[in-house]
This record gives sequence, C-alpha cells and structure tokens, in this order.
Amino acid sequence: MADLGPAELVAGIVLVALTAYVLLGGADFGGGVWDLLASGPRKREQRALIAEAIGPIWEANHVWLILVIVVLFTCFPVAFARLAIGLHIPLSLMLIGIVLRGSAFTFRSHYGHSGEHDDTAGTSQHWGRIFAIASVGTPVMLGLCVSALAAGTLRPPGRAGFYEAYVAPWLTPFGVGVGLLTLALFAFLAAVYLTVEAREWALQEDFRRRALGAAAAVLVTAFGTLGLALLGAPLMGRGLTTAPWAPALHLATGVAAVIAIWALWSRRFRLARVAAAAQVSLILWGWALAQYPYLIPPDLTIRAAAAPRITLVLSLWTLGLGTLVLFPSLIYLFRVFKPAPR
Amino acid sequence: MTDLLAARSQMAMSLGFHIIFAMVGIAMPVLMVVAERRWQRTGDRIYLDLAHRWAKGTAILFAVGAVSGTVLSFELGLLWPTFMEHAGAVIGMPFSLEGFAFFTEAVFLGVYLYGWDRISRRAHLAAGWAVAVSGMLSGVFVVIANAWMNAPTGIRWVDGRAVDIDPIAAMMNPAAFPQVLHMTLAAYASTGLVVAGIHAWPLLRQPRNAFHRRALAVALLIGAPAAVLQPISGDLSARFVAHWQPAKLAAMEGQFKTERGAPLRIGGWPDEAAGETRYAIEIPYALSLLAFKDPHAEVKGLEAFPREHWPPVAIVHVAFQVMVALGSYLALVSAAALWLMWRRRDLTRHRWLLRALVLAAPMGFICTEAGWIVTEVGRQPWIIYGLMRTADAVTPMPGLVVPFLVFTALYCVLGVAVAWLLYQQVLKSPKATEEDPA
Repeated sequence: MADLGPAELVAGIVLVALTAYVLLGGADFGGGVWDLLASGPRKREQRALIAEAIGPIWEANHVWLILVIVVLFTCFPVAFARLAIGLHIPLSLMLIGIVLRGSAFTFRSHYGHSGEHDDTAGTSQHWGRIFAIASVGTPVMLGLCVSALAAGTLRPPGRAGFYEAYVAPWLTPFGVGVGLLTLALFAFLAAVYLTVEAREWALQEDFRRRALGAAAAVLVTAFGTLGLALLGAPLMGRGLTTAPWAPALHLATGVAAVIAIWALWSRRFRLARVAAAAQVSLILWGWALAQYPYLIPPDLTIRAAAAPRITLVLSLWTLGLGTLVLFPSLIYLFRVFKPAPR
Repeated sequence: MTDLLAARSQMAMSLGFHIIFAMVGIAMPVLMVVAERRWQRTGDRIYLDLAHRWAKGTAILFAVGAVSGTVLSFELGLLWPTFMEHAGAVIGMPFSLEGFAFFTEAVFLGVYLYGWDRISRRAHLAAGWAVAVSGMLSGVFVVIANAWMNAPTGIRWVDGRAVDIDPIAAMMNPAAFPQVLHMTLAAYASTGLVVAGIHAWPLLRQPRNAFHRRALAVALLIGAPAAVLQPISGDLSARFVAHWQPAKLAAMEGQFKTERGAPLRIGGWPDEAAGETRYAIEIPYALSLLAFKDPHAEVKGLEAFPREHWPPVAIVHVAFQVMVALGSYLALVSAAALWLMWRRRDLTRHRWLLRALVLAAPMGFICTEAGWIVTEVGRQPWIIYGLMRTADAVTPMPGLVVPFLVFTALYCVLGVAVAWLLYQQVLKSPKATEEDPA
C-alpha cells in the first residue's frame, strides 16, 4: 500500500461516517421496511415499536449522510462534481425518498396525539404508508449510486449520449443487485436492533423471525451481487476475490454473519446486534478496500481528487474538534433513549 | 425553458422553501425555551402548554427543514458541479462546521421532544437552549459560505481556477458579518412576528384569552427587538454592497447613470432598454448619503458596467423595494409594541396594534424571500462574484426542467401538509380556555 497522507486519512473518516450512517440511518430505513411489512396479530404493536425506536434519533442519524457529503465536497471536490453529474438521476430520486420518508414520519407522529381530533386517523395512515414506501425505495437508490462507483462506470462527462452518460452507469444488473443488497442489509439491521428494543416476548419473537428472514435475504443478495460483480464490475469482482486481503476479510464477514444468525437463533439478542453491525460494516469496508486507492474507479484516485493540503488539514482539525462536541452529545442521546438493561 | 434557467429556478425554489423552515428552526426553539422557563419559574400551566405546542411545531418544521436542507447540500453538486469543483475546497470549512452544529441541534431536539419525562427539568431546559444556540450557529455558518460567493476572498483566481487557497480568509470575507447579522435578525423577527400575528388574531375577539395573551407576549419578546434592529443591520449590508458590488447597488436602486449626489428612489419601475427608472419618488442626495455617508459621493450607475454584467435590474429593484417597505412597517409596529410593553400597558386594549400585528404576520417571511432575491439575483450573472459565471457552473445534464417541476410539485404538497398540520396541532385554541381577569 502507498504511504498514507492527509487525503487518505480524510477518506478513511468519510468511510467511518458512511459506516455510521449505514448502521444508524440505514436501520431507520429498515424500520420503515418492517412498517410496510407489518403483519400478524401484533401489527399495531410492531408499528408502534418501530416508531418509538426511531422517533428520537432518526434526525441525528440522518446527519451522518450530510457529514459524508460535506466532507466529500470539501476535501474531494473533483470527485463530488463527477458523482453529482453522472448520478444526477438516482441521487435526485434518493433525495425525494429522503424528503418523503422524513416528513411523512414526522407528520404521522404528530397527527392525532392531541386527543382532540380523532378524525385525523385516516390521514395519519396515509402518511404512514408514504413513510414506509419511501423507506423501501431510498436504500435501493443509494445502492444503485454505490454500484456505479464500484463498477467504475462513472467517466468524466464527454460527448456520450444521454443514456450512456446519465443512465447506463447505474442502471445495470449489478446495480440492481447492490440496491437489493442495501435494502436487505438495512432491513436486517433494523430487525436485529428491534429484537433488543422490544420489551414483550411475543414482539421480540416477531422481529427475531424477521431478522432471520432478512439474514437469508442478505446471504442471497450478497452472493448474487458478488456473481454479478464478476460479470458486470470486473474491477470490483477482482478486488473482492483475488486481493491478498480478500480471504481474511471474507472469513471475518462470514464469522460475523454466522455469529449473528446463531445468536438470533439462540436468542442472544445483544450479541446478535453487535455481530450484525460488524457484518454490515465489514461488507462496506470490503467494497472500500476493493476499490482502494481509487475514489472513483477506474481513474480518479483519492490522492488525485484531493483538495489542497491546507483544506485537508483544516478539515481534519474541524472534524477532530467537532467530534469532541458530537460524541458526548450522541452518547447522551442514546443513553437517554436506549438505556442498557438493569 | 433553458437548462440554465431551469437549474436557477430549481435552486431558487429549493432555497426559498428551505429558508422558511430554517428560520423557524433558528427562532422557534427560543420561544419554546422561554415558555418552558416561565412555566418552571411561575408554575403557570399555560406556559407549559405553550412550550409543548411550540415544541410540536418545531418538530414538524425542523424535520422538513432538515430534509429540504439535505436536498440543498446535494443540489450544490447536482445543479452546479463546476462551482463545487472549484469552490468546495474554499468554502467547505463553514459547511463542515455547520454539519456539527446541525448534529448538535438534531441530537438535543430529539432529547427535548422525547425527553419530557426522562430527564430532569434543568437538563430538559438546557437541551432546549442547546437546540436554540446550535440552530443559530448552523445558520451563521451557511450564510458565511453564501457570503463568500458575494466577496470571494482567500483565493487567487488564475486561469479559471482558485489557487493559494486560504479557507480561514475565505470565511472572514467582508460580506460575512453584515449578511450573518441581517439573516439572524431576520430569523428572530420573522418567526417572532408571525407567531405574534397568529395569536393577535383570536385576541381581537377574545381579548382575555389567557393562552393567546401569553403566546403573544413571548412571541413579541423575541420578534420585536430583532425587527427594530433590522434596519440598522440593513444599512450595514447596503454599505457592503456599495463598496464591493456596485453593480448590485445600482440595480437595487435603479441607478442607471453614474452621478454625484445620487437620489434615493422609492418605488418605480426600471426600464433596462431606456436606461431609466420611471415613476419613482426621488429623495435628493439620499442614496449618496446612505451608501457613502457623503451627500456628494459618486454612485456608479449601471452604465459603468458592460451590459452582460448587469443583473436583472427590475427584479432586483422591486424585490429591494418590497423588502425595505415591509421591513420598515415591521420595525414601526414592533417599536410601538415594545413601547407599550415597556410602559406595562395591556396590548389587547389597543385594537389597532393587534390589527397591525395580524397584518404583519406574513411580512417577515416575504421580506426575507425578497432579501434573498436581492442577494442572489443581484449577484448575477456571477456565481462567484466577478470570477465565475453562473452559466459556466451549471451541470451538463440536459432536461433539467424535469427535476425542477418534480421538486416544485413535491414541495407544494409538503407546504400544504405542513400548513394544515400546524393549524390542527399547534394554532387552534385549547378546548378549555382560561380567561385572565380584566
């Protein structure tokens, strides 16, 4: 590996922030998926648990995405510009999903709570529907964007036609695979977290079954995507199969997955939560490692896309100082709303 | 519609939509915390009810503000990739700082909204203050980034790109202080006065209604001082424009000819083709005096600039007139209200004041929108003033009218939904109404 400078350090921080977004914000989207799929005798309780779990924290979790974008355009402006041009369509669709998910969730939460207006229950249901559907669509769009990066299909805008320049890079079988994998991962995380949050046994069992189902979906989509990568995204496929670190990474991911499933099976839900988070993080890092040192394969490296050194150094200081404020606040937030068992 | 116009329209629509929620997100937490503090001090349950309702309103508006702000941070690249490619490294600093301020705001808003029964009263009030302070800081940092587009310091522009970047010097640009001050005051004035106006309306019919009386008092406490101070900060902003963006000043004033002892024009319609502003009331020497503190100072007219560097004159001039006219009205009404409050008079006995406040309710937001039109349209044709043209920054993607229409439709639906929800959940009088003794 090449020597590491401030550019690589900032890129690492972007990856950490993206991981936080996937583990926290991703699970909030997963919650919406389970809201849509709520079924059985405890349908209402499932939805109530999801709303209670994400209500106080989804906005803070969402800010991780904003941090990723801001650091990206500050420290890798060339890469940001190319992403924003080539992925205009899926990013816009993702934004519509983000807007609808967030507002619909808030609108639903604040209807009918005053106890004075019982006629608003119907409206509340409509917003709930929009929240759930947007929670399904948005992760798929995010996955499609990531797939274009991974596949190395985002070239600088040239004289290509509209379809070649703005649609073809992301609308591929590999892209659909990554989109579905993202959705499965988010749903998996949410179901696992909800087993910990549920306070009644029956509800816990509901989400345990859902978590196991989602684990199966992750397995299928992960292997499917790997296969599609070998066909449609050779760069990524090669990285994931032949790089010297590949066997160790796959082993670690596999171990985390097995532990997560075993822990779910044997109802060790807190262990399952840690293992699931580890599994998802490792999948994310596998992607990042496979395309290192490229920020946008096949030609734009982290180094080449980096802003001048002064911007990188100041950004590192800002991130460091910001963290001093952020981490205690976040710990406080989660302490208040996600207390450890006594 | 050309792609450039579609991109500009989408950006304008997104900013115009977001700014309302951003302003409320800055000022509403202060109202909510003041009400909670009064409840804690006096034990008056009506203040607690107010704090609850305002918190609910803040929750709804903050959520829409957060997601529409996310859209903007992406749109910087989706619509203006060339701008971000060159400016990202320069103005990223304030955006990063804003990111952390916004993080703090989101964290403590979660604590505040859902933590009523989970943490101590003191911790709860402190969380509210944390929301108020970080909300204000978020706004400050974003406006600093915008100010740099008006006064791009901290770089040298060589062969179409920025070199010798100094992000700190970029943050310290001369537009930053006047713009930040003007926008922050605007947030408190607009939000405070819209809430005051909304509660003044029912007080016209039920002047003893205890709920609305307390709401009006708190709202005026936040909104009125800011509205009174706003003309002073506006003067500061105008002086900045006079020195740094003379073409923008000329457009604001409809000043086509360069002259000494330039008059201040009130109203009127600038005719670009004829090169004159018709139907305006002119106050002799006033523009030279206001802009340069000297009645005989020379004011550059639009004729001093090449035609292709003119902003759209009529839009800028009219928007500026609207802002100044409505802003002056707000300052006068606020001064009257503050005077009466200071003299410990019962505001509800002055029905003319209640009526004036009802009329003032939407004006703060209209002023702010008009002010942003002056800033942004007045900067045209530049995206980075004097360095990069907006037309050279736009994305090469064709068909931009489609996302413009889609996002416009989306925001229209959201706007209606928010208005309805606020009416249902926040503004309606409580069913059991208490009356204050006469």
